[in-house]
Amino acid sequence: MTLAPSPSPTPGAAVAQRLGSVRRPRSVRVLWLLVVLAVLVAVMTTSVAVGSRGVGWSEIVAALGGSSETIGEAAVTKRIPRTVLAVVVGAALGLSGAVMQGVTRNPLADPGVLGINMGASLAVVVGFAWFGLFSATSIVWTAIAGAALAAVFVYAVGSLGRGGATPLKLALAGTATSAALISFLTAVALPRGDIAESIQSWEIGGVGGASFSGLRTVLPFLVVGFAVSLLSARALNSLALGDELAAGLGERVVLARGVAALGSVLLCGAATAVAGPIGFVGLVVPHVCRLLVGVDHRWLLPFTALTGACLLTASDVVGRIVARPSEIDVGIITALIGAPFFIAIVRRQKVREL
Amino acid sequence: MSDTHSLTAEQLTLGYGDRTVIEDLDLVVPAGRITAIVGANACGKSTLLRSMSRLLAPRGGRVLLDGRAVHGMPAKELARTLGLLPQSPIAPEGITVADLVGRGRHPHQGIFSRWSREDDAAVAAALEATQTTALADRAVDELSGGQRQRVWIAMALAQHTDVLLLDEPTTFLDVSHQIEVLDLLTDLNRTRGTTVVMVLHDLNMAARYADHLVALAAGRVHAAGAPADVLTVDTVRAVFELECRVIVDPTSGTPLMLPIGRHHMTADEPVAAGGRAG
Repeated sequence: MTLAPSPSPTPGAAVAQRLGSVRRPRSVRVLWLLVVLAVLVAVMTTSVAVGSRGVGWSEIVAALGGSSETIGEAAVTKRIPRTVLAVVVGAALGLSGAVMQGVTRNPLADPGVLGINMGASLAVVVGFAWFGLFSATSIVWTAIAGAALAAVFVYAVGSLGRGGATPLKLALAGTATSAALISFLTAVALPRGDIAESIQSWEIGGVGGASFSGLRTVLPFLVVGFAVSLLSARALNSLALGDELAAGLGERVVLARGVAALGSVLLCGAATAVAGPIGFVGLVVPHVCRLLVGVDHRWLLPFTALTGACLLTASDVVGRIVARPSEIDVGIITALIGAPFFIAIVRRQKVREL
Repeated sequence: MSDTHSLTAEQLTLGYGDRTVIEDLDLVVPAGRITAIVGANACGKSTLLRSMSRLLAPRGGRVLLDGRAVHGMPAKELARTLGLLPQSPIAPEGITVADLVGRGRHPHQGIFSRWSREDDAAVAAALEATQTTALADRAVDELSGGQRQRVWIAMALAQHTDVLLLDEPTTFLDVSHQIEVLDLLTDLNRTRGTTVVMVLHDLNMAARYADHLVALAAGRVHAAGAPADVLTVDTVRAVFELECRVIVDPTSGTPLMLPIGRHHMTADEPVAAGGRAG
C-alpha cells in the first residue's frame, strides 16, 4: 500500500477515465428515466381516455381542444384536471416520502405512516368545524400547519428513550398518533351534521373532484416544496452517512435536516389539502426507485416524483374501472398496493437486525 | 507537501448534560505529524476528537485551527481543511464504493455545481491509494471489515484535507488489517504531509505509529510527547491503573508495553496487586 506522488499534474487521470463508466452507471439511469417518462405519458393518456363512461377517440381529441358539447366530451373535459391533479399530487407524495426517508434515515418513513397526512386532515376538519375555514386557501394553510405539527410531534415521541428515532419506534409513534388523530377527527366531525358534506367531499374526494382553480391554490406551496426538496439532494446524500460524518463533510446537520423536512411537509400538506389523505405512495415509490437508480439523492429525488405521478395516476385509473359504473377512491387503491409492501419492508429490516 | 496547519486546544472544557468529560485541557497537535490519543475507556478521547472537528461545542475554552476558533468557521471551509472519520459511519444500503468515496467531495461542491474532472481525479487517486480501485463498482455491504475500513479512509482522502482526524480506525479489524490501515495512514502522512490525529485503543500500535503520543486521564492530558517518553511504567499505572513492563520493541525500536496480570506470570516477575490466585 503506497501513496506514491503522482508524476502527472492530474493524479490518477487514467484511473479516472476508466472509472467514468463504473462510478455512475449513467446509461442505466437514463434508460430508466426514459422508461418512467414513457409510462407516465401512457398512464396520463389512459387516465384521460378511460373512465366509468366509455368515449371515442374523436371525442377525446375534441375535448382536449376545449370542446365539451357531447356528454362524452364533457366527461373527458372533467378528466383532464383530474389527471393533472393525480400527476401533481402523486409526484408531491412520492418526493415527500423520499425526502422523509432521507431526513429520518428511516426506510419506513412516509407521510401516511408517520401520521403527517392525518395531522393535516385533522387540522382541516377542525378548521371546518370550529373556525369556519372553508376557502381553498385557508384549507391549504391549515393542512400544512397540521402536517408540520404532526411531524414535529411524531419525531419527538419517536426519539424518546434509548437509541433515538429508530425506524420501528418512529413508525410506531406515527401509527399510534395517526390512530389517535382519526379518533379526534371523528369526535370533532360526528356531532356536526352541518359540515359533514364539506368533509366528505374533501376527504373522500381523492383526485376525483379536481378542478384547475383548486390546483391553482396549492400550486405555489407545491412549487416551493418541490424546489426545497430537490435542492436538498446533496445534503441528504451527506446525512445518509450519519450525522457525525455529515458534519465532518461540512454539512450543517440540523439546518439541512430542518430545511429538507420543511420541503417534505409542504409537499404532503399541500397534497393532502387538495386531495385528502392518500397513504403509501411516499412509502412504496422511494424503495422502487432506489432499486432502479441507486441511493444517490440527486437522481433518486426527481425519479420519485416521476414514479409517484405514475403510481397515483395509474391507481386512479384502476379505481375508476374496477367497480364500474361507480368508482373506488384512489387512497384505497394505494393502500391495497402499499400495505403488503410495508409489511415486506418491516420483515426485511427485522431480518437485518437479527 | 501540503500546507501545514496548526491545531490546538486551549483550556477546553467539554461535557454532555451535567456530566463534564474534559476539563481545562490544553493540547498542541504537531503539524505534519501523526498524533495518537490514548487513554482508558470513557476518558474523553472520542469527545475530544468530536470537539476538535466541531461536532461538540465547548463549555469553555476553544479549539483553534491556524489561530481561528473552529466553532466560528463556516462549515464547508473547515471541512476543506479538516476531515473526520467517525468510529461508526453509516453506509447507505446498496451504495457502491465509488459513490461512497465520491461523497467525500461534498465540501468542494456548491448546491448547483456539477461533478468536475477534479472530483473524478480525487476519487480515483483515493481509490488507488487505498488499493480499492478494483472494488469501485462493488456494493459496500458486500465487503469485508478490512476492505470497508479502507473504503472509508478512501472517502476521507477524497475530501482532500490537510488535517485528518480518525476515531479508532482499527477497531473491529484483525491484526493484519490493523497494520494495513496504520501503514496507509503513515504513507499519507509521509507523502502528502497530512496531519493525522487518531484515537487508538492499542497502546503498542499507538507507540509504534505515532510521532506524538497523548495520554488522557480524568479529562486532562496526563502526558504528551515522543512515544518513548510517554509510554512508561508510570504513565500506564496512572492512566490505566495497570502494572506493566516496557521494553524496546525488537521489530520497530519503539516502546512495547507488556501488561502484568494476576495469572501466567513467570516466577521472577512482580505480581499485580491482589496476589497470585490459585
